[in-house]
Amino acid sequence: MPIQILMPALSPTMSEGNLARWLKKEGDPVKSGDILAEIETDKATMEFEATDEGTLGKILVPDGSQGVKVNQPIALLLEEGEDAASLAAPLAAKAALAPAAPAVAASAAAPPVVPPAVSAGDRVFASPLARRLAREAGVDLTSVKGSGPHGRIVRADVEKAPSPPKAASPTPGAPAPKPVPAVPDIGPAYTEQPLSSMRKVIARRLTEAKQTVPHFYLTIDCRLDKLMALRADLNGRGDDYKLSVNDFVIRAVALALRKVPAANASFTETAIRLYSEVDVSVAVATPNGLITPVIRHADHKGLAALSNEMKSLAGKARDGKLKPEEYQGGGFTISNLGMYGIREFSAIINPPQGCILAVGAGEQRPVVVDGALAVATMMSCTLSVDHRVVDGAIGAEFLAAFKKLIEEPLTMLL
Amino acid sequence: MSDNTFDIIVIGGGPGGYVAAIRASQLGLKTAVVEREHLGGICLNWGCIPTKALLRSAEVYRNMQHAGSYGLSASGIGFDLAKVVARSRGVSAQLQAGVKHLLKKNKVTVFEGQGRLAGKGKVTVGDGKAQLSGKHIILATGARARNLPGLEADGKLVWSYKEAMVPDVMPKRLLVIGSGAIGIEFASFYNALGSDVTVVEVMERVLPVEDEEISAFARKSFEKQGMKIITGASVKSLAKGKDEVTVTIEAAGKTQEVTVDRVISAVGIVGNVENLGLENTKVVVEKTHVVVNQWLETGEPGVYAIGDLAGAPWLAHKASHEGVICVEKIAGRNDVHPLNIRNIPGCTYCHPQVASVGLTEAKAKEKGYQVKVGRFPFMGNGKAIALGETEGMVKTVFDAKTGELLGAHMIGAEVTELIQGYMVAKTLETTEVELMHAVFPHPTLSEMMHESVLDAYGHAIHF
Repeated sequence: MPIQILMPALSPTMSEGNLARWLKKEGDPVKSGDILAEIETDKATMEFEATDEGTLGKILVPDGSQGVKVNQPIALLLEEGEDAASLAAPLAAKAALAPAAPAVAASAAAPPVVPPAVSAGDRVFASPLARRLAREAGVDLTSVKGSGPHGRIVRADVEKAPSPPKAASPTPGAPAPKPVPAVPDIGPAYTEQPLSSMRKVIARRLTEAKQTVPHFYLTIDCRLDKLMALRADLNGRGDDYKLSVNDFVIRAVALALRKVPAANASFTETAIRLYSEVDVSVAVATPNGLITPVIRHADHKGLAALSNEMKSLAGKARDGKLKPEEYQGGGFTISNLGMYGIREFSAIINPPQGCILAVGAGEQRPVVVDGALAVATMMSCTLSVDHRVVDGAIGAEFLAAFKKLIEEPLTMLL
Repeated sequence: MSDNTFDIIVIGGGPGGYVAAIRASQLGLKTAVVEREHLGGICLNWGCIPTKALLRSAEVYRNMQHAGSYGLSASGIGFDLAKVVARSRGVSAQLQAGVKHLLKKNKVTVFEGQGRLAGKGKVTVGDGKAQLSGKHIILATGARARNLPGLEADGKLVWSYKEAMVPDVMPKRLLVIGSGAIGIEFASFYNALGSDVTVVEVMERVLPVEDEEISAFARKSFEKQGMKIITGASVKSLAKGKDEVTVTIEAAGKTQEVTVDRVISAVGIVGNVENLGLENTKVVVEKTHVVVNQWLETGEPGVYAIGDLAGAPWLAHKASHEGVICVEKIAGRNDVHPLNIRNIPGCTYCHPQVASVGLTEAKAKEKGYQVKVGRFPFMGNGKAIALGETEGMVKTVFDAKTGELLGAHMIGAEVTELIQGYMVAKTLETTEVELMHAVFPHPTLSEMMHESVLDAYGHAIHF
């Protein structure tokens, strides 16, 4: 019987993804390790490798399909000796095969972790009326428990289900209502871009952060003159690296977190989670939206190593090629808008982390030194803090340590 | 377990009680039924079934009279009242034997006699003929015709349903008090067999629980058949003569006298709550009905009530369904669902037939729904025309907001057989979309059900 190729879970939290495009056609021979397709997850576009050999018999989910559930069959692979005639059977036998199937299709990059609630490909049993009410209220039926016969979702279940925070947002998978310019001659003209998976995740996570995390903000000014001089000096000494101010910021944050480990922490319902490693997330703008690749063990890496790793991660991020392990996790985030001339800003915490540092531009400002006005290169940094994890004094202590490192950059080299 | 100890004892062997007993036995519970008169209850012996047999005779008779319109000829058309009644009794007898057999097959023990609660978990049969113990006792004693003071049935000139079902004479002139399902079915039967029928209804319209449009349609049709209908009227007094009754009727502030040969009193029913031993229990009785919760539990632990005894709607299929819910809950099944009263269809087998489920248009509006209403006439249906049954309509009421089918109301030939389609749709919570997508077979009366839905959304095809 042909092997079912199932939609892979490319990250532990992935429940659905978009099938961006197939790299094999029906009839193509497939070897283990061949790239079959590109899968777009909520964070990145990833290559999906074959784990079996054979011939790609039938593509079940075409290019550009949105919201494909994890473990949903996406193609059939014919084994040696099988021909197209054997394609009919597996569809009929889908139910019987499904439990064993994930192991077959899970690629090396894909931990076969499937959230049980959305055991993929399962049909949601709901009455037509319940479906319509859910669609109108924006209730996700996969999260509703059915009280009808055999767990069927009926009207009453949808009415009892909590409405999502934003009303009227269509659930994924439901046909999106077309933007109807109701009163075209009055309102401004517009076009609508469908939300990408990444945009949906950004919207959901940041809304959640801003609404549920009690933020407070601490701002500190750092004098950059010594750092700029050191940077020019170091950059003049070698060709295999080119340090940016941001690389120094990453290094300073990593060392400051070692000194004030209480800032390298997350809030959970039962405990404060103190991270043992210093893994720093750095926000990178991409054409599709914001993503935060992680520099692991940043405190153990020198400036040149940090700089090169950051360049590589940022490049992958812009190309949508980050692997889940390259953007998941991290204990602390840096967001730097200095290159755009932003003086200072307050960032939204990247849950479940406890802190995010918003870095402004380095610029010449009048300062008072020893009672006299002088000109100095200054940089303002604002720390957004989850007050449930980190109190004001800890935040201030962290910023003081950070400032000391930035202003005395030679100590960073120790 | 001794012979007289049971898991479940059901008092009353009607459509509620015997169905509950069979289901209980299927679920492995040792079950007894206590029945004082006849298995199958009123429904099978003196209600639903024998009246359907009578009305079938009336229908065939009517068709014979209209043979000419089908290109047929028939002469010497007549009927033998005694044989019509005998057929009806035969149908009941056959089904009663069937119920007896079903109970036996399912190993339900039947005790004959009046059942009565006699302390916790105890039931006596007759005057102490047998003492039974049961963990759970289901009361299913049903209901009987209501007797209004002054209008009491005497069995001779003033009939209750029971005498009306086994008439010894064909009344030339008949007065029916009450135009609910029971009254109208008898009116229809006697009218078809040639009685001069007058119907008196206290409400402003006949079949008052039905949709107003259906009521109006029915009234017009009945009057066309020669019935006299007086609504908003009450019977003030009956003056009984030797073989006739003069009835004083008050309507719209005026009184009139009508003299008839027989009167049928069909003014509702009362629950059989007496002689049940409820006095020393926590069972609550309100207006002759036992108060129960959604699982048919009474105020007394271990005592349940189902069917007519537990209140409206007084329908056999409601009783049976409650019986099943009740015992499945007792048996601890976790897939039991309470009865949704809005999904219980009602059928009246007058001519033309009436059937409905759910909310009437007026009730829906009263509940605050914005409605979409569809109608389709029998006149627009090919099969109806071929049958020569062009009188009738199908009306559907949808919630404009959600597309939920709130109610369906039908009048015309065979609508009692058609209503189940809407009932299934309602139970499955379909919206107008699925009903529109459903392919109805051609040529059938059921196509009107489709068209009525289309009409509610403004695109009926054939009208």
